[in-house]
Amino acid sequence: MQEWANQLCENRQFGSKMTDSKYFTTTKKGEIFELKAELNSDKKEKKKEAVKKVIASMTVGKDVSALFPDVVNCMQTDNLELKKLVYLYLMNYAKSQPDMAIMAVNTFVKDCEDPNPLIRALAVRTMGCIRVDKITEYLCEPLRKCLKDEDPYVRKTAAVCVAKLHDINAQLVEDQGFLDTLKDLISDSNPMVVANAVAALSEIAESHPNSNLMDLNPQTINKLLTALNECTEWGQIFILDCLANYTPRDDRESQSICERVTPRLSHANSAVVLSAVKVLMKFMEMLPKDLDYYGTLLKKLAPPLVTLLSAEPELQYVALRNINLIVQRRPEILKHEMKVFFVKYNDPIYVKLEKLDIMIRLASQANIAQVLAELKEYATEVDVDFVRKAVRAIGRCAIKVEQSAERCVSTLLDLIQTKVNYVVQEAIVVIKDIFRKYPNKYESVIATLCENLDSLDEPEARAAMIWIVGEYAERIDNADELLESFLEGFHDESTQVQLQLLTAIVKLFLKKPTETQELVQQVLSLATQDSDNPDLRDRGYIYWRLLSTDPVAAKEVVLAEKPLISEETDLIEPTLLEELICHIGTLASVYHKPPSAFVEGSRGVQHKRLPGSAGSGESVESPDTSSAAGISDAPPAVIPSQGDLLGDLLNLDVTPPATTGPPPAANSGVQMGAMDLLGGGLDSLLGGDLGGSSAMGAGFGAAPAAMPASFSAPVSGGLDDLFDLGGGVGMPMGAFSPPKTVWLPAMKGKGLEISGTFARRAGVFQMELTLMNKAMSVMTDFAIQFNRNSFGIAPAGPLQVLTPLSPNQTIEVTLPLNTVGPVMKMDPLNNLQVAVKNNIDVFYFSCQYPISMLFVEDGKMERQVFLATWKDIPNDNESQFQIKDCHLSSDAASNKLQGSNIFTIAKRTVDGQDMLYQSMKLTNGIWVLAELRLQAGNPNYTVSLKCRAPEVSQCVFQSYEAVLKN
Amino acid sequence: MCCLLIVIIIINEGINKGFIVAAEMINSLFLISHTGDIFLEKHWKSVISRSVCDYFFEAKEKAGDLENVPPILQTPHHYLISVYRGKLFFLSVVQTEVPPLFVVEFLHRVADTFQDYFGECSETVIKDNVVIVYELLEEMLDNGFPLATESNVLMEMIRPPTILRSVVNTLTGGSNVGEKLPTGQLSIIPWRRAGVKYTNNEAYFDVIEEIDAIVDKSGTTVFAEIQGVVEACVKLSGMPDLTLSFMNPRLLDDVSFHPCVRFKRWEADRVLSFIPPDGNFRLMSYHVSSQNLVAIPVYVKQNISFLETGSCGRLEITIGPKQTMGKTVEALMVTIHMPKSVLSVNLTATQGSYTYDLTTKALIWTIGKLNPQKLPNLRGSLSMQSGVPKPEENPSINLDLKIQQLAISGLKVSRLDMYGEKYKPFKGVKYLTKAGKFQVRT
Repeated sequence: MQEWANQLCENRQFGSKMTDSKYFTTTKKGEIFELKAELNSDKKEKKKEAVKKVIASMTVGKDVSALFPDVVNCMQTDNLELKKLVYLYLMNYAKSQPDMAIMAVNTFVKDCEDPNPLIRALAVRTMGCIRVDKITEYLCEPLRKCLKDEDPYVRKTAAVCVAKLHDINAQLVEDQGFLDTLKDLISDSNPMVVANAVAALSEIAESHPNSNLMDLNPQTINKLLTALNECTEWGQIFILDCLANYTPRDDRESQSICERVTPRLSHANSAVVLSAVKVLMKFMEMLPKDLDYYGTLLKKLAPPLVTLLSAEPELQYVALRNINLIVQRRPEILKHEMKVFFVKYNDPIYVKLEKLDIMIRLASQANIAQVLAELKEYATEVDVDFVRKAVRAIGRCAIKVEQSAERCVSTLLDLIQTKVNYVVQEAIVVIKDIFRKYPNKYESVIATLCENLDSLDEPEARAAMIWIVGEYAERIDNADELLESFLEGFHDESTQVQLQLLTAIVKLFLKKPTETQELVQQVLSLATQDSDNPDLRDRGYIYWRLLSTDPVAAKEVVLAEKPLISEETDLIEPTLLEELICHIGTLASVYHKPPSAFVEGSRGVQHKRLPGSAGSGESVESPDTSSAAGISDAPPAVIPSQGDLLGDLLNLDVTPPATTGPPPAANSGVQMGAMDLLGGGLDSLLGGDLGGSSAMGAGFGAAPAAMPASFSAPVSGGLDDLFDLGGGVGMPMGAFSPPKTVWLPAMKGKGLEISGTFARRAGVFQMELTLMNKAMSVMTDFAIQFNRNSFGIAPAGPLQVLTPLSPNQTIEVTLPLNTVGPVMKMDPLNNLQVAVKNNIDVFYFSCQYPISMLFVEDGKMERQVFLATWKDIPNDNESQFQIKDCHLSSDAASNKLQGSNIFTIAKRTVDGQDMLYQSMKLTNGIWVLAELRLQAGNPNYTVSLKCRAPEVSQCVFQSYEAVLKN
Repeated sequence: MCCLLIVIIIINEGINKGFIVAAEMINSLFLISHTGDIFLEKHWKSVISRSVCDYFFEAKEKAGDLENVPPILQTPHHYLISVYRGKLFFLSVVQTEVPPLFVVEFLHRVADTFQDYFGECSETVIKDNVVIVYELLEEMLDNGFPLATESNVLMEMIRPPTILRSVVNTLTGGSNVGEKLPTGQLSIIPWRRAGVKYTNNEAYFDVIEEIDAIVDKSGTTVFAEIQGVVEACVKLSGMPDLTLSFMNPRLLDDVSFHPCVRFKRWEADRVLSFIPPDGNFRLMSYHVSSQNLVAIPVYVKQNISFLETGSCGRLEITIGPKQTMGKTVEALMVTIHMPKSVLSVNLTATQGSYTYDLTTKALIWTIGKLNPQKLPNLRGSLSMQSGVPKPEENPSINLDLKIQQLAISGLKVSRLDMYGEKYKPFKGVKYLTKAGKFQVRT
């Protein structure tokens, strides 16, 4: 006490030394005790100083919650500063002291009525921060008043408070009607209030994806666009992010929104700029490419992106991650801006690495000379990671820009001459890839590479070198010696090197069988007998069997021509890219992972898709989507970029076997799929069977006999199935349509009876109705309307009842439907509420449509995408169902399902059980992935469904059952 | 023939992801000194234990240099987004998908505000003003939504500390909290308060350009661009409406404006029309890209070599004027980061002086004014650690320089007009060109 007082006196004397650090001084008697006394002092000034000390302790994480009652006692004051300080304290500790917090309620309520708007706002703001359930209900009345306050500052604070309260108690907020008030605030006269209302609504909508809160229609969009010009920079971000969720009706609306958003690109706040870029990138999809405005817009996008790169490094980093997405989607935007991505000496390493990535993406014939000169420069920098990446980048340039390959190779050779260990190793790794891309072109450099054999100590480089020696064994005189030298320390090598060594020696043997028999025996026995690694053992056995049964076949397989590698290996898969473009500026865009990987479970994230181009009717066809879609018919394959251990085996597996029946055309498609799907899972199938075959003898002769029969069975079985699938997708049957049922009985329809069903015929979703007049009078003026529903189903035209319906007459009507209507989640999901009007009355009824009606024709997923998506969807979203008493063969089932747009992507058979992997896409872009398991003789099928919106699973299952049993 | 074609679908092993529940934007802020002390924490929602920063410390450890700490880190339950300013880390903790730029921008804004309030942004001043800092943070963000981030507006609500005010407050019990709602907060011009009054009405504009360039060994410009800003100091009474026009606005094809600038007028007439905030602010920043011709004011002739054998190297640098538009180059300074194995330097400078920092291996040569008649030269020998191979990397030379009264892009203000007020203000424009990231490769 005394000390504090003394210090205060001192401070009065030496005003210049007065700082808040004095609040950190502690006294001997125990700080809390001292503070308690001071807080209860009669002197206002002393109280204030004491609260300041409490706050100071709080800022360094000290627990001062014990002082709660004493601090709350200071709350009743007309001193604004003291009040603010107490409020600061309350926000920090109310949660841990709920009972005490109640004490503060009265003051809150009173402060909400204060004549000073600053105090009203302060109170309503603090209230919401107190996350104590008990308090919330006391706060509703004050909050309601503040939402309608005459002062916009209070209104905008109250808007945020609704979001806070919703986070604590969503039900309460809905019951109290705060959400509607919040929606009304979107039309507020003050732009700041609008911005905060939008922010609050988006936050609430995010936690309740189906709540339909942000009912975006042209009117609200217009309001938002108006507010955009007037509100603060932060509000602009919220509004832009909200706009990005809207799907314009047509290209004209899209263009007009773009025009109004473009000025935001010149904002000083980089977050505003990036959010604007997101809106533009998304809405651009709808613009016809031949439109002048499209070109103008493309040009306008480049400068702001470049400007982001002159900001602080942290901003640059985020910008670069996003630019990486943008250049993949629309390379034309930045194609002339290569130089801004040149790395500066003092860029932080995380910026350097990102810039390098983008440089490679932008590399083209036009600028390759510059790029290479830069990369060479980088390869002499200090930072090892960066240097490695630069060397790798040179290799990627060689693969990407064919004309530059020669120059790249010579650059790499120069770098090898530097003898810097890690540079040499990286260079060898990338040269291997260059060999793969341009076979028989640069082999002259092998001699130089071999000189560096001893300096290689990293597995990847060793493996690459071994691959080169094996692949070109016939040109390297001492290949056997080289490989033998590696073999000495076989067990100390990493798996990657061991596998590569095994393959290389087998290749060598096939090329020079006479001198190397001993070597190959040695490596096979090392791999199969002395190794614990199943991959290695399996591969060893496969080679062994191949070599011992049919060396000619072995040669064909092992030395088969490899598919060329392409540079597109690291491109983001197109559907993911589309989704990420919709999420520009978010964490998802920084991590290049779908948002579902971040926000999971509680909040079913809707997948965002880019809208299609509506105006010109042409499909969106960017270079990378087409290349990905073309995988199955364009032979140069994409090798999975991850250096998976099976890479080499894969190559040889895909050689078309000349003796097998199916025509090559069907064949190649299947192979590609097979290869993609293989990705590392080989052992899981083979491992079990092979692991047990310890009877495998040494020497060539014994091996084939001991090979378990089950080894070849599933393999060839799977093969046949696949071929079946390639050619044997039979005639698609018509889509399943349930029989008509009575929807509106005559009793309820004043004599009008309506029965109906849904159908999808030739891709058109329609409602088929039978109207029967059981009344005594003529019915006319029919019209139909749907309530909002889960998938936005709406009539695509009027109900065509042209002639009046006389008594006892029946008429069949077909009503085409579309799915662009307003959306509201229904329960059950596939419920549809319908209103039918005639000259007598309006009648309401509800019916349920099979969700399979909403499966669109292009619901067949690429295999690779399927695989990735299946992995990507969390297991929680998987649901399993049983279908009982179904007696279809797997092909029949597959055909039947295909009729309803459920597409079989792959099939495999294990232990007599058929597994069909299937995909379907709903009209709103939601993908559903399925695995259908059926066993011959067992009438019970199992369906496992995976979908990012697990709500639909139940309905999808019902459709499965209906389709299969129909 | 045994051909293997096996289709296996790998069933998801379930990628381990953080489970995220709460919905807010910036949850907490920690201020961390460069030595790794957390000296302030602020929570806008429930309190998050400071142990969350351990992930950050881990990354900091890994990064080595403080500048290299990745700005976004993922931890099992949170994301840590940080900026590094004035030897301090501003580390924010978020729990949900938020736009990271939004957070980064905001953190920089916090640092800017501290700068405006306390004249610098350092651990000491923040500790000395912890209560104001706390009040500021509270005022700047509510529930993750930024409230007031303009220093102009904040200063009306929370007065900055001045020595005088502290004394007066202590003596009279006055307060440093504004009792009234800031007037500008909700008008259409939130950046300006009403009722501004000055006896001397003045408006000054500084056009400052920084040259970012990479010049290669042979003296060829690999890359060059200009980052320009127009900083304003406007102290005008009432509600002045200003129009600033340029002689050659066509130069500016890539611009970002302060929110006060009317974009439509710029699009239509290429003039800056605005009601200015009160005091200092950045009116505009712009970017003259490499496609345009960017003048390089000086050339550097250099030769740095390390001998293959023996433990020494040689260095010689000469700097001369290139495109200076007839102005004098001042405050010339050269920084070279030497390879680790350079133990000491023995050099002679014809002008200025040099220092060599053994720990950072930075050779700094402070030259001063560039005299075209007598070019500054630095030469001599480098002694290297013996027994260590010749350094692999080439040191890179960074240049600093200033040219007064010149905007190197050629941008010129033609006039400033004021509407809406009757008095006649003092007006002034200054130009300055500086080296930004100006780098010469060796």
